[in-house]
Amino acid sequence: MQKLKFGVLVFSLVTVCSLLFNVSAVYAMHISEGILPFNWALLWYVIAVPFVALGLSNLKKYSSVDLSFKPLVGLMAAVVFIISCMPVPVPTAGTCSHPCGTGISGILLGPTISILITAVALLIQALFLAHGGLSTWGADIVSMGVMGSFAGFLTFKLLRSIKVNMAVSGFIAGLLADWATYITTSIELASGIRGDSPFMPIFWKILIAFIPTQLPLGILEGVMTGGIVVLLYKKRPDLLIKMRVLRPEEAT
Amino acid sequence: MKEQSTENRVRKTGHREQVFFMCLLFSVFCLLDFPVIASEKWPGVDETVVEKVAEEHGRKASVPLINTDQGDLLLFLFLLGGAVGGFLAGYCWKTIITKRK
Repeated sequence: MQKLKFGVLVFSLVTVCSLLFNVSAVYAMHISEGILPFNWALLWYVIAVPFVALGLSNLKKYSSVDLSFKPLVGLMAAVVFIISCMPVPVPTAGTCSHPCGTGISGILLGPTISILITAVALLIQALFLAHGGLSTWGADIVSMGVMGSFAGFLTFKLLRSIKVNMAVSGFIAGLLADWATYITTSIELASGIRGDSPFMPIFWKILIAFIPTQLPLGILEGVMTGGIVVLLYKKRPDLLIKMRVLRPEEAT
Repeated sequence: MKEQSTENRVRKTGHREQVFFMCLLFSVFCLLDFPVIASEKWPGVDETVVEKVAEEHGRKASVPLINTDQGDLLLFLFLLGGAVGGFLAGYCWKTIITKRK
């Protein structure tokens, strides 16, 4: 009980202090308002909507079956929101960026529900935190929600199927979820702004510009993902079995 | 008696470790964030990559629908968001962990 109180206190203290001391305007990887032309912004919305709808349908289905599902969704929603707001200074690059958190939520909740909570987090950020934009909400859902969640989920499943250790699987899943998000952002940006110019040179230019910041941040995200998965495995293996993250024989 | 004093000693040592860890974490965050107060270093990647490349190709970011980037308002909203998110995360974590018991 003492350890739990300590954990909650540390988490709250870290969250509040990191925001208190960051007096400069906060920037993020989300595509800012107005950058994408209307037709491209619409296209990403069209791609995002079915995934969000499926996530909503799955959330209703799982919530009605299992009451312990709701606190896990609440936890992941908070984690994704905080992590995707959290600017981390990268000394090697001299810039800031943020991890995504969608790798963790993709593993623990499944990719479709992870996409739904990502969409909600991005909407709140676009409306109140000048983070991303409403016109680019669809594009940000596709990059961070769809690609990040599926990359994390599929990587974890694949590695666990070949008996890779839980911590290592979580780490690589988080890493690839982060990198998949930024590769998709590069694709969205390059395709939207290129005009008559060729796609590939702009895509590589954007991707290479992301590398100094996202290479170390991907590693950080991998560590966080592996850490949370292992912690839940130790504290509530039964919940991981219910969520089909683990098979029953793996929990013994 | 001996077992009780050993137990008390272990509890005190654990408590001291917790306090040390909290101070260390707090200091790391202060050190990381302090240069931000001093200057305009550490720009975000949306400024150095996204908006920069977009501007080179004739696309400019527009003002958000609800422009909260005014003075300290944005800082307040981030603090509020962080506090609410942190509380929600802690509360849900507690529910998940204690549910087993």
